[in-house]
Amino acid sequence: MKLIYEKSQAGRRASALPRYDELPAAPEIPEDLRRNEPPRLPEVPEFELVRHFTELSTRNFGVDTGFYPLGSCTMKYNPRINERLAALPGFARLHPLQDEDGAQGALELMWRLQEILAEVTGLDAVSLQPAAGSQGELTGLLLVRAYFAARGEAEQRRKVVIPDTAHGTNPASVTMAGYELTPVRTDARGNIDVDDLRGKVDEHTAALMLTNPSTLGLFDENIEEIERIFHAAGALMYYDGANLNAVCGISRPGDMGFDIVHINLHKTFSQPHGGGGPGGGPVAVRKTLEPFLPVPAVVRREDGGFGLDFDRPQTIGKVRGFTGPFGVFVRSYAYLRMWGPRLREMSETAVLNANYVLARLKDAYDLPFDRLCMHEFVLSARTMKREHGCTALDVAKRLMDYGFHPPTIYFPLIVPEALMVEPTETEAKETLDAFCDAMLAIAREAADEPELLKEAPHHRPVKRLDEVRAAKQPVVRYAFDDALERVEAPKGA
Amino acid sequence: MTQQHPFLALTDSDRDEMLGMIGVGAVDELFGDLPDSVRLGRELDLEPALSEQELFAHVAALAERNADASSEVSFLGAGMYDHYVPAVVDAILQRGELLTAYTPYQPEMSQGVLQAIFEYQTAICELTGMDVSNASGYDGTSVAADAFYVAKHATGRSKIVVTEATNPQVRQVVKTYAAGFGLEVVEAPQRDGTTDPDELERVAADAAAVIFQQPNFFGCLEPAPDLVSVAADAGALPIAHVDLLSLGVLEAPGRYGAALALGEGQAAGNFPSFGGPHYGFLAARSEFIRRMPGRIVGETVDTAGERGYVLTLQTREQHIRREKATSNITTNQTLLALGGLVYLTWLGPQGLRELGETCLSLAAYAKQRLAERAGIESVFSTQTTFKEFAVRVGRNAREVVAAARERGVHPGYALGRDYEGMDDVLLVAVTERRTPEEIDRLADVLAEVCG
Amino acid sequence: MAAAESYPEELKYHEEHDWARVDGDEAVLGITWFAADLLGELVHFEPPAVGSDVTKDQSYGEVESVKAVSDVIAPLSGEVLAVNEQVVDAPETVNEDPYGNGWLIRIRLGDPGETDDLLDAAAYRQVLANQ
Ligand SMILES: Cc1ncc(COP(=O)(O)O)c(C=O)c1O
Repeated sequence: MKLIYEKSQAGRRASALPRYDELPAAPEIPEDLRRNEPPRLPEVPEFELVRHFTELSTRNFGVDTGFYPLGSCTMKYNPRINERLAALPGFARLHPLQDEDGAQGALELMWRLQEILAEVTGLDAVSLQPAAGSQGELTGLLLVRAYFAARGEAEQRRKVVIPDTAHGTNPASVTMAGYELTPVRTDARGNIDVDDLRGKVDEHTAALMLTNPSTLGLFDENIEEIERIFHAAGALMYYDGANLNAVCGISRPGDMGFDIVHINLHKTFSQPHGGGGPGGGPVAVRKTLEPFLPVPAVVRREDGGFGLDFDRPQTIGKVRGFTGPFGVFVRSYAYLRMWGPRLREMSETAVLNANYVLARLKDAYDLPFDRLCMHEFVLSARTMKREHGCTALDVAKRLMDYGFHPPTIYFPLIVPEALMVEPTETEAKETLDAFCDAMLAIAREAADEPELLKEAPHHRPVKRLDEVRAAKQPVVRYAFDDALERVEAPKGA
Repeated sequence: MTQQHPFLALTDSDRDEMLGMIGVGAVDELFGDLPDSVRLGRELDLEPALSEQELFAHVAALAERNADASSEVSFLGAGMYDHYVPAVVDAILQRGELLTAYTPYQPEMSQGVLQAIFEYQTAICELTGMDVSNASGYDGTSVAADAFYVAKHATGRSKIVVTEATNPQVRQVVKTYAAGFGLEVVEAPQRDGTTDPDELERVAADAAAVIFQQPNFFGCLEPAPDLVSVAADAGALPIAHVDLLSLGVLEAPGRYGAALALGEGQAAGNFPSFGGPHYGFLAARSEFIRRMPGRIVGETVDTAGERGYVLTLQTREQHIRREKATSNITTNQTLLALGGLVYLTWLGPQGLRELGETCLSLAAYAKQRLAERAGIESVFSTQTTFKEFAVRVGRNAREVVAAARERGVHPGYALGRDYEGMDDVLLVAVTERRTPEEIDRLADVLAEVCG
Repeated sequence: MAAAESYPEELKYHEEHDWARVDGDEAVLGITWFAADLLGELVHFEPPAVGSDVTKDQSYGEVESVKAVSDVIAPLSGEVLAVNEQVVDAPETVNEDPYGNGWLIRIRLGDPGETDDLLDAAAYRQVLANQ
């Protein structure tokens, strides 16, 4: 398919702008600041633009297209009403620096969302500001820093403990926050190895970062003991909320002993993932950490109105512009209001769906930790690779031919040939069955006709792509000059 | 018996069958790993579930209580702008195949998003005069912090310089991140609305990077090539924070020597939406490609030799390089960046130039009208401005805002919160959406409330 | 084409999968067939600067495939005399010829006595067998 730049013809345009001919001419821009060579943006009429991007959309697969069991990402249905609400002019055209009295509806929505998230996480105060989970992690770790600085323990506590199952954002956030990493092992049941942990937590430990259920889809059976170890050492506990979809209304991070939590609004609370984003990564904290939260805080005033409070002398500062990704808040708020206290059914169903798929697949693939799972589970194609030479990647590619988006593969890192499946609560049993049938068929194909897997996908717009070439000689923008040469080459040559 | 929830699909008999397959008697047994002490043991204390229709009524009523740019004539800018967003942007972003997909880790499922990102990277590189663009950062503040992380590692230095005339929100966010990065932040002062290269020189020694904004927060044009030379002479990376919509009339940062160019993309294709979500763009010269944070899409071929696109240079990223990654970012702002691409395609090079000229003319007209009709003068009267300018209103600017809003006009942003000695200064933004008549009205209203 | 597995007898090995070819007070360093195979086709080598010092057991550079990145550990200490530009330009040379054209750097030895700590080919093969 052509690039939009290859469809461009000088002189065409999609926009007509207002002209104010009666205005005085634009003031002169000093020569050394003026642009003389125009950027080569595409020149296409409006319908060509629409066709181009519509064609691109047909070469893409979303939750709206079909089943998308991408582990750790919670690819659930994104209700359409949320899009309508976020587009209301009272939200979409509202300027973030509007006076408080002109933004009461927006502030109230944010305040209400904060209240709901506090209840769901079992914590006291919420900042909606972080733009995504990983920014929530960094925010959380900066809160940890500020907390220990206020106690005069900043120099002493330099270490953050992370299990080897952790998502890559956790260690990356640790470094960005200026901390040192203390890795801890996973035991034979898929829990944190508590013996390993005991030897690693001391007066130099600032915090634990834990995903629970973990990236193995397993709830840590020793969570009470882990909580005792950290709090006895005077350290804080950070909950990576990527997997909150497993436990809403059933168990709350605050009740598990966590002091700081980030919530991925785009996962648990249905902000569409947009081909990579946007997201929302609010943090919820215990009362003791509230003074350090980012400014401004969204508050309810004594007169019942809503406002922004900048007067937080101990704040870590701002982590992004304004008060956060408001459009995401509208969608997640709407979603949460359609569940209310029934949110528990959401998590229960997510866990039921995952266990059902697991039960149907566990004989055909390796199951590294033979337990019931939570909202997702991790299989391994290790035996398949050894016996038939087909890898997790091959399984993923072959699933495409059956019309499914593949699971997350090669994560968590401790499971070789990992296939991480998260069906979510929204899928019907028929869909789950069709997926299981495909996975079972692929396991048989691996034995009988491994080439079918290795050459897959067969029915997508492209075949397997050469990633080595892309990395060796990166071509990361269109080369206009080459295009000219291509146009000049004789037809049919 | 409660009614089936519209976002769920399992029937009672499905559930029974599934439990049977799993080998448990009830859903509760699936949660056996949770110790009693961590269980909630009660219903969540939340208001009852709403139907879609009830939800709409409730949320629409909240939206009604906001004074947005369709209900008052707004001259608010200060980093977020009321530019027109064409219908094609909404139409494309609502395509479910794009809207409801995630990170294109599986390129065969995601050629649409991947090609769109490649096209976006091309557009950003063209506008900024850079070799490589990522897709994308959270917003115009966080990409500045990203750039400083690049500079820290590229230079091994531990001081960074931000000009005082850079958006205060950018400066605040950079300071927050700097605490974690172990960087010291120094500000270079503004004089009469712009940054003096000599004063910059005094603070730039030993700096990893210097960031300035063009046009700056006051709307004034900085002597960008001079600032870049000062930074480069000090061995610091020169970083330009720019407005994409100015780049049809203002020189591309790459052409005056900036090492990185970045900024807030909202003006190009996103609604203000009370501050987000938008996209932050970040582009650099090719030598920094391996230090870039976030997603980058590259061109390649498939096994049949057909052109296709993949995420590339992923070893930079957290899922591979973990604690040594160039950033922790994963979920980003792809959809909003896609909105930017659709918008820039809609504008085209001519539209971009016309838009820039219209902003320049309207702002010049507004300056003139405010002087003539309200006796209100620009604070930095000798400077060329783009679409925004600062005026002294002769009394507390916040009060002026309140009084003008009662007359249906939001006259701009009161600078007193961010700059000392500017309690009586308003920052007025004029986009192509403000007509000359609306500008006249602003002048009349200000004459009334300031006089 | 990737080379076939081999561990030449004349080289010294480090258990982090690096080799050294010692010649007087200089040595040529590289990564073993095992390391190159584990990473897959290399797409990038981030070399140290010529003239900088490398320290035994510490990283002096990075090699990358599409999906993995690995520190390169110095088997010996010394000053970098040369970087193999052929590998910088065509990193897959390491997969094709790990002990020949795929060498990474040449150093002047800081402490020739360190050589005694390294493994011979048989001992290194034993390290691999135990993994
Ligand atoms: C377990 C886990 N932690 C953290 C993150 C980071 O969240 P985000 O993508 O919102 O930055 C993710 C998802 O990407 C995740 O799966």
